[in-house]
Amino acid sequence: MEMQKKSFFMVPYLAWIALFVVAPMALILYQSLFDITGHFTFSNYTSYLESTTYLKMTFNSIWYAFLITFFTLLISYPTAYLLNRLKNKRLWLLLIILPTWINLLLKTYAFIGLFSQNGSVNDFLRFVGAGSHQILFTDFSFIFVASYIEIPFMILPIFNSLDEINPSLINASRDLGASAWQTFKRVIVPLTMPGVKSGFQAVFIPSLSLFMITRLIGGNRVITLGTAIEEHFLVTQNWGMGSTIGVILIIAMFVVMFLTRERKSKGGQSR
Amino acid sequence: MKAKFKLSNLYLVFVFIVIYLPIAYLIFYSFNTGATMDKFTGFSMKHYTTLLSDTRMISIVLNTVVIALLSSLLATLIGTLGALWINQLKRRSAKNAVLSVNNVLMVSPDVIIGASFLIFFSFLGFKLGFTSVLLSHIAFSIPIVVLMVLPKINEMPRTMIDAAYDLGASKWQALSRVILPTITPGIFAGYFMAFTYSLDDFAVTFFVTGNGFSTLSIEIYSRARQGVDLEVNALSTLMFLVSLLLVVGYYVLERYGHSRRVNRNKMMKGPNAQ
Repeated sequence: MEMQKKSFFMVPYLAWIALFVVAPMALILYQSLFDITGHFTFSNYTSYLESTTYLKMTFNSIWYAFLITFFTLLISYPTAYLLNRLKNKRLWLLLIILPTWINLLLKTYAFIGLFSQNGSVNDFLRFVGAGSHQILFTDFSFIFVASYIEIPFMILPIFNSLDEINPSLINASRDLGASAWQTFKRVIVPLTMPGVKSGFQAVFIPSLSLFMITRLIGGNRVITLGTAIEEHFLVTQNWGMGSTIGVILIIAMFVVMFLTRERKSKGGQSR
Repeated sequence: MKAKFKLSNLYLVFVFIVIYLPIAYLIFYSFNTGATMDKFTGFSMKHYTTLLSDTRMISIVLNTVVIALLSSLLATLIGTLGALWINQLKRRSAKNAVLSVNNVLMVSPDVIIGASFLIFFSFLGFKLGFTSVLLSHIAFSIPIVVLMVLPKINEMPRTMIDAAYDLGASKWQALSRVILPTITPGIFAGYFMAFTYSLDDFAVTFFVTGNGFSTLSIEIYSRARQGVDLEVNALSTLMFLVSLLLVVGYYVLERYGHSRRVNRNKMMKGPNAQ
């Protein structure tokens, strides 16, 4: 009787794990071993590794993801730090997070208007005498819009790690004669590293796989791993190669997660 | 010191402006008489009337809402059962293993989820459309429900369940009278998250939607590729209001759940105090 009830409990959840977690991941690996005509082969991997186009594309995608993450961090760290000193900091944080509830497509669409040839940004540039520029469909617009979308995901973990810092640690540092800058560098920054790391994860991995923004804002100038997968699956219908790039993306994801994992500090914070 | 303080506030103001400018811009131009997002020629509601008489758009909105409601409901059911099952696993290593499998879809990029589900559906010979989108949305919402419900189960004092059994409750009674009411806030939070995940999703749906079926994100994408269309602006204003209502509703609900729990704690403490 008890056994029956237990098995009833786990059936839908286990079915989900089997059908929608294990099976699709196994199938993407399986599919990567077939060429476009349906023959079993390793040729997808060899052509990936031998082709300069694919390798260059991968390198570019990683480079752009780094740039996006870097700019996001550059904006987010001071924002999180300053937010944390405000009076109603929870409310302000909520206001920063609120735009993430707005459909991603709409936010991207807004930039098509803002960045267009006669858009408001160009109007402003003409107004200050800088002349009009081609902004849409450039590397700049791609990095800007991607960073715009990712910023809340970087602010949130950094804010939380700043919020958790015990204020007496900062007082102690000041009492022991550290300057404000030394306190920041030696106490605050190390203590917020876990937040920075999880922010890095939350921004870098999605940045590798963006594909809608590359098209609407980047004008297909930037090809990320995500764009390449989408094109192989839905445009050229070469699922084998698409899956191969998918496997590469999964490997990249594990590498990032491994590099930014939380290391257990020896002796330090023992709970 | 004072100048520095002002400078820091200026920075925050700047960040807030940048974050909200695109949204305000969209909403502002939805009231434009003209057809572009660069010259405001006068106030009009005409894009709203076009939107409301656009039957294709309305059916797509309905599709999106039906998918979101159904997928979040089913994901909440399966996810809650999953969380209950994970909680009663004895070995810690088994628990951690199941949790890491649970989180695979949380950390995987959308493109990978979309592509692998597409292979999965075509492998089974499944026709792409409403059902494949619904199943995909259920699938990617389950892990977030588990993650929202599990902490609530863990927080629950073990003694409370033991007390229920000692007082003669059956397994089912303990579940329905003690466990489920206690974890209701977690279940609601999970449902809400699943609902917004489904409403917002673009990438996964893009892969598994096929030709005949469309959701809002897909429709906005195909319209945006053709350039500016102020009907999309009108739509975004309405969607912004809906998301605002959802967020406010969620916070009210969370507050309500919280205060109810506090009240119950008070009630439970009452007799003891006497």
